Amino acid sequence: MKIIKHSFDGVIVGAGGAGLRAAIEAAPHMKLAVITKLYPTRSHTGAAQGGMSAALANVEEDNWNWHAFDTVKGSDYLADQPAVDILCKEAIDSVIELEHWGLPFSRLENGKIAQRRFGGHTIKEGAAPAFRACYAADRTGHMILQTLYQKCVSMGVTFFDEFQVLDIKIDDGICKGVVAYEIATGDIHIFEARAVTFATGGFGKIYKVSSNAHTLTGDGPGMLYQKGIPLEDMEFYQFHPTGIYRLGILLSEAARGEGGILRNKDGERFMERYAPTIKDLAPRDMVSRAIATEINNGNGAGPKNDYVYLDLTHLGAETIKQKLPDITDFVRTYVKIEPINEPIPVQPTAHYAMGGIPTDIYARVLSDASGSILPGVYSAGESACVSVHGANRLGTNSLLDIVVFGKRAGQSMVDYVSSTKPSSLSENAAEELVNKIERLLEKEHNPEYSVPKIREELQDSMEENAKIFRSDETLNNQTKILKNLRERYQNVTISDKGSVFNSELLEAIELEYLLDMSDTTVASALARKESRGAHSRIDHVERDDKNWLKHSFAFKNGDEVKLKYKDVELGKYEPMERKY
Amino acid sequence: MDITLNILRYNPDSDKRGHWEEYKLEAEPDERILDLLHKVKWFDDGSLSFRRSCAHGVCGSDAMVINGENMLACQVLVKEVSNPIKIEPIRGLPVIKDLVVDMEPFFDSYKKVLPYLINDDEPGERERLQSPEDREKFEDTTKCILCAACTTSCPVFWTADSYIGPAAIVNAHRFIYDSRDTADKQRLEILKDVNGAFRCRTAFNCTSACPRGIQVTKAIEDVKRKTLTIN
Ligand SMILES: Cc1cc2nc3c(=O)[nH]c(=O)nc-3n(C[C@H](O)[C@H](O)[C@H](O)COP(=O)(O)OP(=O)(O)OC[C@H]3O[C@@H](n4cnc5c(N)ncnc54)[C@H](O)[C@@H]3O)c2cc1C
Ligand code: FES
Repeated sequence: MKIIKHSFDGVIVGAGGAGLRAAIEAAPHMKLAVITKLYPTRSHTGAAQGGMSAALANVEEDNWNWHAFDTVKGSDYLADQPAVDILCKEAIDSVIELEHWGLPFSRLENGKIAQRRFGGHTIKEGAAPAFRACYAADRTGHMILQTLYQKCVSMGVTFFDEFQVLDIKIDDGICKGVVAYEIATGDIHIFEARAVTFATGGFGKIYKVSSNAHTLTGDGPGMLYQKGIPLEDMEFYQFHPTGIYRLGILLSEAARGEGGILRNKDGERFMERYAPTIKDLAPRDMVSRAIATEINNGNGAGPKNDYVYLDLTHLGAETIKQKLPDITDFVRTYVKIEPINEPIPVQPTAHYAMGGIPTDIYARVLSDASGSILPGVYSAGESACVSVHGANRLGTNSLLDIVVFGKRAGQSMVDYVSSTKPSSLSENAAEELVNKIERLLEKEHNPEYSVPKIREELQDSMEENAKIFRSDETLNNQTKILKNLRERYQNVTISDKGSVFNSELLEAIELEYLLDMSDTTVASALARKESRGAHSRIDHVERDDKNWLKHSFAFKNGDEVKLKYKDVELGKYEPMERKY
Repeated sequence: MDITLNILRYNPDSDKRGHWEEYKLEAEPDERILDLLHKVKWFDDGSLSFRRSCAHGVCGSDAMVINGENMLACQVLVKEVSNPIKIEPIRGLPVIKDLVVDMEPFFDSYKKVLPYLINDDEPGERERLQSPEDREKFEDTTKCILCAACTTSCPVFWTADSYIGPAAIVNAHRFIYDSRDTADKQRLEILKDVNGAFRCRTAFNCTSACPRGIQVTKAIEDVKRKTLTIN
């Protein structure tokens, strides 16, 4: 194992939409490295399907204030309203900028960017579904990722592909750099850098059925949590209503935006009962709960009554081919049915982390619940919690979040780098990580303590106890299970002792992040004695604004989680009952 | 059902050359080949290396040769291939370990074709307009996920790795046919080179290998024809 040292002004960890957007902003102004455990174009931003919202008003009257209203209402009033205003206002220029960089949006007859309807987006504060989501068929994320990568290639941005960052160096409360593992060789690389942005994406792999990639393991939030940085609003995890049954592969809300309908085993359009005005286009938390309720009441389809149908059969072959080509191909490939003629079996799938690394509107990472800033450290995209999504993200707002706040992270890096001097990282910066890796390589393998075994139990139990509906009972149960898994993790072993592409070693390290994400999710959920957005307690069914209009901050305290709280920043919109 | 997997293994730390390793396992007919590789890695031999991420055919990580054909392991189900199943790394790129090949030469070729929109005109405050018909002209080639299944299925590429390869040409096509782009001449000059589009012998392997259903050979033909129009 060689140890190699590099010196940069800034480092961006992650090359999905958020990391690449930050890089475009920062690269011209500093010596910058983008470090990514996957080739940039493999990032999960590429899997995003349906669209990215901006009040362009290309189809009908629209305005960013209505977008902000929907986002705040969708968040169940937990989003910070000043941040939401920024998101929705800057959305418009962000979309135009991507178009100018070459993003091949679908087009209207008049040549403008096409826009479609999406869950929870309305005109005139709830009057009717809005055409706000800018899209490129059902592969919008692919086009965003490609376009941002292409832009980076044109600018000559420096990438370290297939390097996995596994440690951040903070001395005396100041960022000094990161330490990474080169996957192809097993060498350790120390990156001296005074500005570091984490854009490592989500952590859907804490659940069994998920739309997330195998590589979405919460590395950024995990690394910071282990260094004492809190994680915000971890109890709010989004379950997307329409994952392919058992596989969890996502079928975008665009399917319903284009007119698709959810039906129970009797063919009933049950969303009419849950959201009379916007029906199937209600926000995700409500639709997922409705599906779970239908299933719990025996209205699910199939031999186990455990799924519902997404019905696209009335849309016609042409619409499906033009607007939903990829997702209908997924159905053909993995379920072997023809969605033009047959309804598709679906169930909610773990999808999006509203919570994560706390940041302010400049993407600066907060080190406590009172708003102190950790100098030199930034986060953007799904790894961060600004919070613009509050307790429930609206569809299309994440692709927006990654570019709006990715850009802001890049700008903040520039500001910081231009007002500070390089500082050096101690020679033994790699020691902690080297020790961790050597321990795993030296310890004799015992299949009882293998990574897949512990991880499978983690995912199964989180699915069972901390999914859509939660209670004191399920969460207490899960706390005990997590404690046991954590103990076993202390003895984790691997069989591959090699240095080249040792993915077993990396999976072992990622498993610790998954445990961190689960611990903080469950502890925050157990403490929050109300139901809000994606967090539904069957023993506390009402939203409680008097006591709980606040963000949770989960700190590591030995093997326990300590919680603190921060008030929500309100604005124009007073909390009101969420009806659609 | 009982499945036999034969995987071409290679570990640079201990092997001079690749060798076949046999694994027997239980699988459901509708499991993905990627699921089988995971079963081997997670419950039998942790040292097996392969790339993967999305697990549903959109990230381009896991192109490999399955029973002789280039495919994404996450896109093929057990019931669609004959048993025993033979799995090898994609051909024509240096093997790093097991099913993992060195992708750098592939991405170097991609970067050669100026894979980004070039247009120095001031775009104004709103989007550039593009009719749905113009947009449709390059729709097919926007779908590329850079998995290398096409390039590494090409017999010309196997014998001459200096050939820029189908994937790079597909990505050039994506910009050459975009009405907003102004650098088609520059790209076509690059593709006129001895290692460019004219090395293609229309074997059509690339088109059948593409997991995104891109008409790769047609795109190459489009580019060749367009090349003839510049002087
Ligand atoms: C199937 C699907 C469909 C979606 N559709 C939509 C949609 O239509 N509209 C919408 O708004 N949102 C959608 N979303 C959500 C949205 O796509 C994601 O939230 C967003 O793309 C996340 O982008 P990101 O840049 O934060 O992270 P990612 O794109 O996940 O990128 C993470 C990056 O971090 C790197 N990384 C991680 N850990 C490390 C480490 N330790 N060291 C180095 N690098 C590391 C990875 O290599 C990768 O480059 C969808 C999500 C899914 C799963
Ligand atoms: S794992 Fe992403 S394409 Fe197969």
